[in-house]
Amino acid sequence: MSISRRDFLMSTLKVAVASALPLSAFKFLSPAEAKAAVEAANVRWGFIVDTYKCVGCGFCVKACKIENEIPYDAPVTRTWVERYLILKDGRMVADTPLGGRDGFTELKIQDEVIEPKEVAKAYFVPKLCNQCENPPCVQVCPVGATYQTADGVVLIDRTWCIGCGYCIMACPYGVRFFHPVYKVAEKCTFCYHRISKGMKTACVDACPFGARKIGNLKDPNDPVTKTIMTERVAVLKDEYGTKPQVYYIGLDENVR
Amino acid sequence: MTEAWTYPEALWTVKDLFVYPNEYIYWSIQIVMYPLMTGLVAGAFVLSSLYHVFGLEDLKDMAKFSLVFSFALLIVAPMPLMFHLQQPLRGMEVFFTPHFTSAISAFGIVFFSYSIIVATEIWFVYRKFFVEQSIALKGKDGIGNSLKQLLYSVLTLGAYDIGEKALHKDEKAIKILAGIGIPVACFLHGYAGFIFGSVKANALWMTPLMPVIFIMSAIVSGIALCMFTYIVIMEWKKFRIKTSRKSWEVTAADVGGAEIDLIKNTSRYLVGFMIAAITLEILDLVFRGYTAVKSWEILRSVIYGKDFVDIFILQYGFGNLLPFLMLVIPGLTIRRTTLALILVIFGVFMMRWNVVIGGQAFSLSFAGYMHYKLPFIPDSIEMYKEGFFGALTIALMPFGLFWVINKFIPSLKYHK
Repeated sequence: MSISRRDFLMSTLKVAVASALPLSAFKFLSPAEAKAAVEAANVRWGFIVDTYKCVGCGFCVKACKIENEIPYDAPVTRTWVERYLILKDGRMVADTPLGGRDGFTELKIQDEVIEPKEVAKAYFVPKLCNQCENPPCVQVCPVGATYQTADGVVLIDRTWCIGCGYCIMACPYGVRFFHPVYKVAEKCTFCYHRISKGMKTACVDACPFGARKIGNLKDPNDPVTKTIMTERVAVLKDEYGTKPQVYYIGLDENVR
Repeated sequence: MTEAWTYPEALWTVKDLFVYPNEYIYWSIQIVMYPLMTGLVAGAFVLSSLYHVFGLEDLKDMAKFSLVFSFALLIVAPMPLMFHLQQPLRGMEVFFTPHFTSAISAFGIVFFSYSIIVATEIWFVYRKFFVEQSIALKGKDGIGNSLKQLLYSVLTLGAYDIGEKALHKDEKAIKILAGIGIPVACFLHGYAGFIFGSVKANALWMTPLMPVIFIMSAIVSGIALCMFTYIVIMEWKKFRIKTSRKSWEVTAADVGGAEIDLIKNTSRYLVGFMIAAITLEILDLVFRGYTAVKSWEILRSVIYGKDFVDIFILQYGFGNLLPFLMLVIPGLTIRRTTLALILVIFGVFMMRWNVVIGGQAFSLSFAGYMHYKLPFIPDSIEMYKEGFFGALTIALMPFGLFWVINKFIPSLKYHK
């Protein structure tokens, strides 16, 4: 069989194009990814913290530590509660002993005892990962070990994180830390293992006063979405352009 | 959970006032060493390129030495990162699965391309030497000689032509490589500055000037370290020959110690780059004070309060002003230069310290402080790696490597 050079080149080109097309036309998805892409398109997890309702009992911190296997006495936590005191002279003092795990039973704050008559206003502010729409932690990870899921939650691959700490540095909210046992970056995941099965997060379930709520921001009938749409809410540190998705009711200007 | 846990960060961080619970000094001494070492690499290479590219003849003797020394420094540059990583065995992932929105992921590409440039340039510079050695050692007795002969003949890569035409081509290649090397060296270090400058969460780090400041101080530190090492080696050689009883191939008079003319010439470039570095740093400080955005209140309390001694006395005073005066006052001597160089290197170290540790000296809440206690006596492998002795190991490594490399590619010439 003989073949001219022109024919040979033409057939080669055809084969090359034909074999390249399917590869570029289809992106291979794992079953989980395919499922997430279809289902998660109508889910965007969001959170509401009602600071008026928080009494600083610390049940959420306890529940979170146990649920998410963060050593109970390790000096780090996925969620925490801050106590703010604004004094009559305009000064602000705040603390979060053990992340508020055992509640706030001491009058002493920042090494000084504040007399109740000096206090102008006081409140508690629970904090957790803001699951930012534009997460700086994901941007800076050098190996792609931390990523944003289709339903808006930022997760960490414990088998891939190299433990450089860049994401910890990049988070303006200080929610990240090294896991005291696994020695990789760690943070609040909105209890992803629970919410993806239709349950609430551990902290939401543990809160006796309903100060914490989680919901689907893409569902207009979700109570959380309704609150955000109809009430006056605020987010933390919006000046960083991270678009946080944890909304606060009653956020004071003194909150850091 | 009953598993054993440790949190070394809590041991070296002292918190004051209101600090978030997860905040600690996560980037400690090794992250101070990292930009210091990459800066030395870049600086040493730029010094050698000043001769190769711009033909500054007064730097000829320094150029060869600083090129080989920069190679030794280059090998050490990633070591602080390896010491710092919580999962050092996964460090290779940065090369294999780089996530390109991260500044650190550029490390693999920049580091390797830079290594190739430096190694190739060294090869062109030493090709004639390799050929001569492999020919001279041929047929000589002894395992040592034949091993050496084998090594040198491998190093020639089979290019035995050392005619005038071939050598001329080599020089052209060196010039091109050194020329490409300068921007790559600046990029290598500029990106280290970018790692810090692009962290929007950190009020002290975030400034577009950071990469440029890093490059300038890198060149300062590189030139200073090359000069210092050169002086020490030359003076030590002279001292050894003078004091030993066995006979040497060269006499003390031949070696002559470090040449004051060479030192004077090189120190002029050093002073120039010092002025550039300090101008940028002052500009940054003035700008922050003038614009006084939200973070300035806490930054001011750190810069003019808690870190005043570290910044104004140790870095600017002892690390910049004093050596600057020592180098520009007429009648420069080797001894005075040596002292000034030590101060310059110390100043650059303090600059890195004040950026890395200083940037974590205040809380993200802007309402509290963190103080870093450098671990000294290591009681565990973590405390060694992230402590004084870990940093010392990194600091001494390039000298050991240079000693070995210099055995095979001698980069110091004795004046006859």
